[in-house]
Amino acid sequence: MHELSLCRSLLRQILEVAEQHRALAVTLVRLRMGPLSGVEAELLKTAFPLAAAGTIAESAELDLTATCVEVYCENCWKNCRAGPNQLCCARCGSCVTQLVSGDELILDSVELTLDQPSALQNP
Amino acid sequence: MCVDCGCSGPPEMSGPQKTASVSLLQNLHQQNQNLAAHNREHFRSAGTLVLNLMSSPGAGKTALLEATLRTLQKTCRCAVLEGDLETELDAQRIRALNIPVIQITTGSACHLDAQLVHKALHGLDLAEIDILFIENVGNLVCPASFDLGQHLNIVLLSVTEGDDKPAKYPVMFRTADLLVISKLDLLPYVGDFRVDRAENFLRTLASRAPVISLSARSGAGLDEWLVWVHTQKAESSVNKDMTVEHGGAG
Repeated sequence: MHELSLCRSLLRQILEVAEQHRALAVTLVRLRMGPLSGVEAELLKTAFPLAAAGTIAESAELDLTATCVEVYCENCWKNCRAGPNQLCCARCGSCVTQLVSGDELILDSVELTLDQPSALQNP
Repeated sequence: MCVDCGCSGPPEMSGPQKTASVSLLQNLHQQNQNLAAHNREHFRSAGTLVLNLMSSPGAGKTALLEATLRTLQKTCRCAVLEGDLETELDAQRIRALNIPVIQITTGSACHLDAQLVHKALHGLDLAEIDILFIENVGNLVCPASFDLGQHLNIVLLSVTEGDDKPAKYPVMFRTADLLVISKLDLLPYVGDFRVDRAENFLRTLASRAPVISLSARSGAGLDEWLVWVHTQKAESSVNKDMTVEHGGAG
């Protein structure tokens, strides 16, 4: 269960941004994650409040968007949907493919409560 | 939502406060990846090939290292980083072969990360090491997501675990630059493990990693494995900027 250590790393990134903008609170954290990211969404949701306790992000909502697994087939020269343990081309069956999406673990954006309207100038 | 009481009043109701959305598009593993890149630079400048061994607990990583080092130490200067939750037992086994070894005990952490490896590197003189083996914490899940700065990943699958593991743990087996089927001497007693089935499951992960079956106990397959290690060392010396393809998610 490495979700807690990931949450700590996530929190560091969030708090850094919040500090740059002199935010009073972090209200929403948007993440994008794929089935091959090695992270379980439910565990991440459980771990986040533990990591965020006592910080200005402790009331933040986690908005997780699951991405699909998609591969590029070098035989068909096309992208196609795939499964986490079935990364061959669904069209021609070739296993000479490249993963296009499905392993990402991205902090997309955060919503902040700001002290002053002008605080969102370039940090 | 109002910060004070959680009511759904509009933002302008709460005085001068405003909300703002900040787009980031940052990788959550960024900090670890930065440290891993730092480790990799240390390895590159010292000319050390770094091989990361991953598997479930008890798949035979330490036994493979013992059998490997007995032969390899005649021609290569080797060292080992041993990752375990607790105990120095694995480090003691390597130390008995007169190989420099650092035990990293992670406590409750289920994987090594780039920072733990970096800290351990301070106990080694990389300039005196041709090949550094990292024995990761026995776990088929978490270690796959953390780049350590290694050049290549070796994933072990023992015949007692079942040949379907690549399909069940795709995140781990996708990272393999080499799949080692271990404990081959036990194959006659296991019965339902088929090496070709394990390899087929690996291929459906679009992996082109070679597969070597061996037994550290009987010595079967060890020659092929040692040739692979020597080949990687030779190639890394030619191309010092060799980089890992799947060293961590994202």
